[in-house]
Amino acid sequence: MERAAVRGRLTWQLANVVELAAETARTRTIVLEPAEPLGHRAGQHVDVRLTADDGYQAQRSYSIASAPDDEHLVLTVERLDDGEVSPYLVDDLRVGDALELRGPIGGYFVWDESLGGPLLLVGGGSGVVPLRAMLRHHRAVESRIPLRLLYSVRSLDEVIYRDELTRARPDGELDIRFTLTREQPDGWDGYARRIDRELLADVAWPVEDRPLVYVCGPTGFVETAADILVSLGHDAGRIRTERFGPT
Amino acid sequence: MSAPLDGNAIGGQLNEVFGTEMTAATAVCGNCGATGPAAELAVYLLSPGVVGRCRQCAALLIVLVTVRGITCVDLRGLAALEPGPAGS
Repeated sequence: MERAAVRGRLTWQLANVVELAAETARTRTIVLEPAEPLGHRAGQHVDVRLTADDGYQAQRSYSIASAPDDEHLVLTVERLDDGEVSPYLVDDLRVGDALELRGPIGGYFVWDESLGGPLLLVGGGSGVVPLRAMLRHHRAVESRIPLRLLYSVRSLDEVIYRDELTRARPDGELDIRFTLTREQPDGWDGYARRIDRELLADVAWPVEDRPLVYVCGPTGFVETAADILVSLGHDAGRIRTERFGPT
Repeated sequence: MSAPLDGNAIGGQLNEVFGTEMTAATAVCGNCGATGPAAELAVYLLSPGVVGRCRQCAALLIVLVTVRGITCVDLRGLAALEPGPAGS
């Protein structure tokens, strides 16, 4: 008898790899076709499980980079050199392979249009991945909710979704700003330092607009950003955070 | 010990244990009374289990240990854990 999927229950399933794309030297986008569509919300993640020939299993969480409205399920994975899972996903996975995953996971770090805004998305490094899903969803539903993204990254070479993000021009609803913390190209007119109080005060919406804030990145980055936003007067209850790190 | 992650990182394991989405659930610390979403817990991924601590007072709130497919769940540090409305 086939195992019936109970609503809300997570079940492992196989997803076919239909496309792969290098984003940066260390990150790769994986386009997947799961056997059963996940029906995810922007900001959610999946667990990915690898099984070795001897039965040893390793499992990690990866944010979903695609919007619910996109045709395929997309993950973007950063290679951690001493990682158990990410080097395989970034270097060895091939089109046509099947990947074992379960999801969607998470109900806190998610954004739907009904949650409103204005939206402030703050991403550090590959923390931009779930924010990109929100950005794409915002665009797909033609939301009029004002959205601003601050993306902190070491250099332009390390910007994930570079074409997509730099192509998007501020149009009133969408405003994407970068801070390049280590290396800036000649003539760079964006921010050029790690996030600090002045930078966040400049980017965040006025406190009285009560922005809904999503911060994702390495633990230290998230703590710094959230602490500064609260000290600027933003409501801690409207700041949602997701931390990741080498695991 | 490395910097902790947060409750989002164990959304899958929590769902496995409780049978539903729990990162948006409201967790109340049994030590200091701090109240917030489970997603905000300070989470340490330690083989073979995971540990969730209160972000305010660092009290031990959640321990999940999985051995041979069986998960032991210790929630003694929590005063309450109430599933929240989805997407709240």
